[in-house]
Amino acid sequence: MPNSNTKHFKALIREKLSDKKLRNIVKKATSHSISKRIETINNYIPEWEQLRDRANFIRSKTMQNWEFYFEQLLKKFRENGIEFFYANNSSDACSIVKTLLFSFGVKKVVKSKSMVTEEIGLNEYLERNGFEVTETDLGEYIIQLANEKPSHITAPALHKSRQEIGELFSEKFNIDYTDAPEKLTEFARLILRQKFLNADAGISGANFLVAETGTIIIVENEGNARLSITLPKLHIVITSIEKIVPTLSDALMLLKLLPVSSTGQKITSYVSFIKKPLQSIGSENSQKIVVIILDNGRSKLLKNDKSRSILYCIKCGACMNNCPIYQSVGGHAYGSVYPGPIGSILTPWINTLNESKDLAYGSTLCGACSQVCPVKIDIHNQLLGIRKLSIENKYSPLIERVIFKLWLLSMKNFKLFTLLSKFLNFLSPLFQESGLKIPFWSKYKYFPAPAEISFHSWWQKEVKIKERINNV
Amino acid sequence: MKINLFIPCIVDQFAPKVAISTYKILKKLGCNVDYPFEQTCCGQPAFNTGYHYEARICAERFLKIFANSDYIVSPSGSCVAMVKNFYQELELNPEAKSIYNDLKIKIFELSDFLVNVLKVEDLNANFKAKVTYHDSCHLLRELNILNEPRKLIGSIKGIELIDLNESDRCCGFGGTFSVKFPELSTIITEDKVRNIELSGADYVVANDVSCLLNIQGILKNKNSRIKTLHLAELLAMGIENA
Repeated sequence: MPNSNTKHFKALIREKLSDKKLRNIVKKATSHSISKRIETINNYIPEWEQLRDRANFIRSKTMQNWEFYFEQLLKKFRENGIEFFYANNSSDACSIVKTLLFSFGVKKVVKSKSMVTEEIGLNEYLERNGFEVTETDLGEYIIQLANEKPSHITAPALHKSRQEIGELFSEKFNIDYTDAPEKLTEFARLILRQKFLNADAGISGANFLVAETGTIIIVENEGNARLSITLPKLHIVITSIEKIVPTLSDALMLLKLLPVSSTGQKITSYVSFIKKPLQSIGSENSQKIVVIILDNGRSKLLKNDKSRSILYCIKCGACMNNCPIYQSVGGHAYGSVYPGPIGSILTPWINTLNESKDLAYGSTLCGACSQVCPVKIDIHNQLLGIRKLSIENKYSPLIERVIFKLWLLSMKNFKLFTLLSKFLNFLSPLFQESGLKIPFWSKYKYFPAPAEISFHSWWQKEVKIKERINNV
Repeated sequence: MKINLFIPCIVDQFAPKVAISTYKILKKLGCNVDYPFEQTCCGQPAFNTGYHYEARICAERFLKIFANSDYIVSPSGSCVAMVKNFYQELELNPEAKSIYNDLKIKIFELSDFLVNVLKVEDLNANFKAKVTYHDSCHLLRELNILNEPRKLIGSIKGIELIDLNESDRCCGFGGTFSVKFPELSTIITEDKVRNIELSGADYVVANDVSCLLNIQGILKNKNSRIKTLHLAELLAMGIENA
């Protein structure tokens, strides 16, 4: 698997935690998104919870009957003159793109933001094969310049301060340092305009694929996607199987939820609806659109009643904004392409469970993610599901399995439970000053001494004896 | 109507005062209270870590002990949520399953029971202090209990209830999470403690001992003057003062 390094989750977390500046940037940016989201919902969308129920219904219906809608979509693609490929995995998807680019004589590619291309490691792959690839979303462009990975699914450069971006631009382009966002944006715009004009192909993702009409819907704020997909003669859409929605009205319904959940915007600056390739009047040379749909383990989820809801995701990023873990360490700590709660439940399905199971344990199960998810994915239950699978596969350390066996022994045998309880109570005075020492915990936090008298003992003394006296 | 107390194992061993307070509050309200004596743990630590077999054995044992309860009341949002919402995820034996179906609507967290079943919002309690309230995750998001504890606290004479910034943000405990990821847990708890300190309260109140132990873990290390208090303790002390 390219682009995944989840094995080192714990080490990465420690590294990120020591970076106080990073923590402040991430907390500030995510807190801003949280308050904007709440503000918009409170001010404009009183029917928010009903919309979520409706969205959940649409998504669950679509994923349950995925093959039906998929066939419908393909038929429409054919009618509309859109070429189509199904890629089973990352390497298939990459080689399809390469073949296409070669056959069209493409040298320069502009890209608009797409997490699926991150998932398949497309940029590195194309660059290795001699193509020039330019990210045109400002956040993605910054990340590309810095040779980093996105740390958030909708705000890829969320982890960077504007000072860092100023320094990056100054270093890369040899210009005077400025951290004024409008100046930096203007500068990037000048460069990117040339890239758009010179590009032979544009690669984008897709937010929705409408089965009823074959429409590709792309949501964005900068207009870069629209330029990427209209200026070059070849437009390649790389997306994943769960982006299908049955009808245009379903898509519009989901569009009411997506920007609000993401940035608190009622609607993004641009929403493009692409149905057919652009026809140049009087020219043979009209545009070509190719859609590549990536599976990469997702179809396993279609057949899985318990976990299918993971595919409902419309990639808004609200779960990461609201996650206390994500807020504390940022997206890079996860080592997965998709960070945050949704990444922790999706990654084990597109990667291997053994390598990515730790992600699901890196959660307090507080449920803040499920509470804000616009399509009502039961994210915290899915985290529990991954943990269950991990234990069933015996991926947990032996010592932990032994501890839980012993724990069960003392919980199901009341005599043993009482004995241990009395022992704890007996030890209580020893720990009154220092507190109880618990491995790992006590390095950072105090833990109180056990009580001298447990509630069980209190009850026996106070209540049962009194009852007996009263009865006599 | 008999109430069966469900006292989480952590309360039993580390905060029995919370259980005693719960008992006293219910007695004061004239309830017939019993404590099914052989109870141990509901199975949550195993369930949350992925050990469904171990959790199921605990759950089946729990259900047997509490079968035929009129009401089950517990001073913990988290453990009530485990029984009420998460037992259905376990492959319970048929007997346990039918007890579960009966009990899942009879089990209540303390503040929920007081306000929504007994319809008591004012306990005529008296306690002079500035307090702030932390929403425990399972209580808020699994059981949807938001206003009940605030109503009860607000009814205490002499009390000033101060809003806690980010009151619904997790305290960073998360059971075995706090042991598997101690540094990360600590950072989140420190955020919580910072907000508690900013509130200017003398006490931070919550309905789960586990959250309170976790928050206390940092307060104590900082030698903070702020004390943690379970809602049941606060109410019971207030009743005694009245």
